[in-house]
Amino acid sequence: MNKIVEKEYLSDKVVKLVIHAPLIAQKRKAGHFVIVKIGEKGERIPLTISSADTEKGTITLIIQKVGVTSHKVANLEVGDIISDISGPLGQPTAIKKVGTVLCAGGGVGIAPLNPIVEAMKKAGNKVITVLAARSKDLIILEDSIRKYSDEVIIMTDDGSYGKKGLVTEGMEEIINREKIDLAITIGPAIMMKYTSLLTKKYNIHTLASLNSIMVDGTGMCGACRVTVGGETRFVCVDGPEFDAHEVDFDELLLRLKAYNPATEKNTKNN
Amino acid sequence: MSDLMSNNIKQDREEEWRIDLRKSIKAKDRTALERIRMPEVEPNIRVKSHIEVNMGLSPEQAIAEAGRCLDCVNPTCMEGCPVGVNIPKFIKYIEAGLLAEAANTLNQTNMLPAVCGRVCPQEIQCEANCFYTLKLHKPAVGIGNLERYVADWCLNNQENIAENKIVTGPKVAVIGGGPAGLTAAGDLARLNYQVTIFEALHDFGGVLKYGIPEFRLPNNIVNFEIEKLKKEGVKFVKNFVVGKTATLEDLREEGFQAFFIGSGAGLPRFMNIPGENYNGILSSNEYLTRVNLMNASNPEFDTPVDMGKNVAVIGGGNTAMDSVRTAKRLGAERAIIIYRRSIDEMPARKEEIHHAIEEGIEFITLTNPIEYFADSHGNVNKVRVQKMELGEPDSSGRRKPVPINGSEYDIAIDQVIVSVGVSPNPIVPKSIQNLAISKWQTIEVNPETMQSNIEGVFAGGDIVRGGATVILAMGDGRKAAAGIHQYLQDRAN
Repeated sequence: MNKIVEKEYLSDKVVKLVIHAPLIAQKRKAGHFVIVKIGEKGERIPLTISSADTEKGTITLIIQKVGVTSHKVANLEVGDIISDISGPLGQPTAIKKVGTVLCAGGGVGIAPLNPIVEAMKKAGNKVITVLAARSKDLIILEDSIRKYSDEVIIMTDDGSYGKKGLVTEGMEEIINREKIDLAITIGPAIMMKYTSLLTKKYNIHTLASLNSIMVDGTGMCGACRVTVGGETRFVCVDGPEFDAHEVDFDELLLRLKAYNPATEKNTKNN
Repeated sequence: MSDLMSNNIKQDREEEWRIDLRKSIKAKDRTALERIRMPEVEPNIRVKSHIEVNMGLSPEQAIAEAGRCLDCVNPTCMEGCPVGVNIPKFIKYIEAGLLAEAANTLNQTNMLPAVCGRVCPQEIQCEANCFYTLKLHKPAVGIGNLERYVADWCLNNQENIAENKIVTGPKVAVIGGGPAGLTAAGDLARLNYQVTIFEALHDFGGVLKYGIPEFRLPNNIVNFEIEKLKKEGVKFVKNFVVGKTATLEDLREEGFQAFFIGSGAGLPRFMNIPGENYNGILSSNEYLTRVNLMNASNPEFDTPVDMGKNVAVIGGGNTAMDSVRTAKRLGAERAIIIYRRSIDEMPARKEEIHHAIEEGIEFITLTNPIEYFADSHGNVNKVRVQKMELGEPDSSGRRKPVPINGSEYDIAIDQVIVSVGVSPNPIVPKSIQNLAISKWQTIEVNPETMQSNIEGVFAGGDIVRGGATVILAMGDGRKAAAGIHQYLQDRAN
């Protein structure tokens, strides 16, 4: 169990790991995450499941090297065992046929978006996906996203791939062109804040999959709390997806920095 | 206490060695002895590390304390024990110097004696019902200290523990590896059931590991008790979230015939006051989990924890005391308890409050936080509090705190630990269709058997009580094990 069977570098800092975890593969749905811990002295971090193969009993995690633990995970090799994986956790994405779904993925947020795009397409929706990143090498999983999207728009900050510009520009172009029934946004909190402001302007119901600091991932610690619609909710058990227009992104942005200045230990992850 | 049990207790008491022992010292001489004080590490030394505060009795002290016990005809102390330990018997074995026998006596009814000897509130249980307390109005026999003495002796003499047992009966699943689950598992294994404990975290012990700090209950003690259970034949599976990794129905298909849910009250409550989500404000669950389970204060471990200089802990329970004393150990210059009632109404054990005061913890009582303020980075830097006065008694029988208008003032702090209670963890209850759940989100059970409304599903501990003590959870686990045994026997016939 928990053995790494495949490893691939999607970019310099982004690694794809395929891990043998048959029970989790069996139960996992789009939107679920796992908690991963490396070794006795490791910390527990949440990672969204990017895909799973029930026949092979594997799950796929995509990790961006940002903090101590994401480096440790990304540096593991085929054959290594991840000492602790727990899940699948969180509420799965509510997948149903709504019409046209506009998906927006930013950076490594494309990884958790991937299974949602697939599930939304399989549910009979028209899926239009906007992928955005700083530059070409940070656009990941393009083939898989294309497979399940009716249309894909790529936006890069530096114009090295697709169109030069922000994710919101790509989205707005679509919104002005056709009727969107549901938007889904996953990426850095700052990106989700602005995509959410955009869809609010056009009154499009929008889901955001939040990334927050967690310890246990099962509702026990409350580190992941966010304000949604004026109420405190726990990302781990109530989320990770919430109505984006109700989320207090400014608070989330501050809370994500909770462990940066105080200590060299760093919990930030994707 | 059942008639059968009380007959056994009477028979035990009439064994020759006990009669001789009773006669060896006159009752009057026994009652003249002073209660032995538990040796403690000096406050100024212990706050610099996580060393256990209570050092344990020496052999001489233990025998002397055991000598105080009168070996009563009617041992009322036992009525105060949720798991029904044969208290006079194990104490008399100590007095006789027969520690292996004392350990066996404890182990028969108590799966976690080294834990109970440390964290049970004996002063409101066995010791509150001791003859000394009830009739002589003197300090009770130090039952808890003696229990710990025997359990620690066991720990240092591991060769005395039985070899691995083989269990062959029907499969029973225990959901949650905390005190309720460990106790139920131990009892069931002794009844020859094949028990598997499914634990959501990466380590076993539940609140004993993530909650109660090292200075009150060292993790190696918990690990020792868990190793004992493994030898009893209990299987342990970690990182397994029942309701997520597999459902109860999946486990039924795997051949599990009965279930005990002891998934605890793992959902921290907050006060929902302005500013409560600022950085630096965290639940006691988070704070204690970081420090205890994840070892965050040790630089070799990856998990971070902020080490506040001015730390306010909100609440007056044992968890609040654990948090504030932890903050002191992590270097807080000011570690303050803010509690809305007075010190007399605090639910924490007197011993914990006493230790906290010794360690320089400040108590700001009859005071309640109403708002938090933060710097431009969102880090908390101030709490606004309001003074309270005590009004009429409320539903808990304690006088209700009433705010005093115009009494607000600010306290500069850089970390707040909210310790105002916990709610049941929803993951397991929500995953079981048609399970009867109360309006407090606890699982409803028959109080005699601990069976829920679902066939073969039993529950106990905080998932039923909503936030109580280790020993009450253990009592539930024991009762549920009996209920499960009865259920499976009825089914087999």
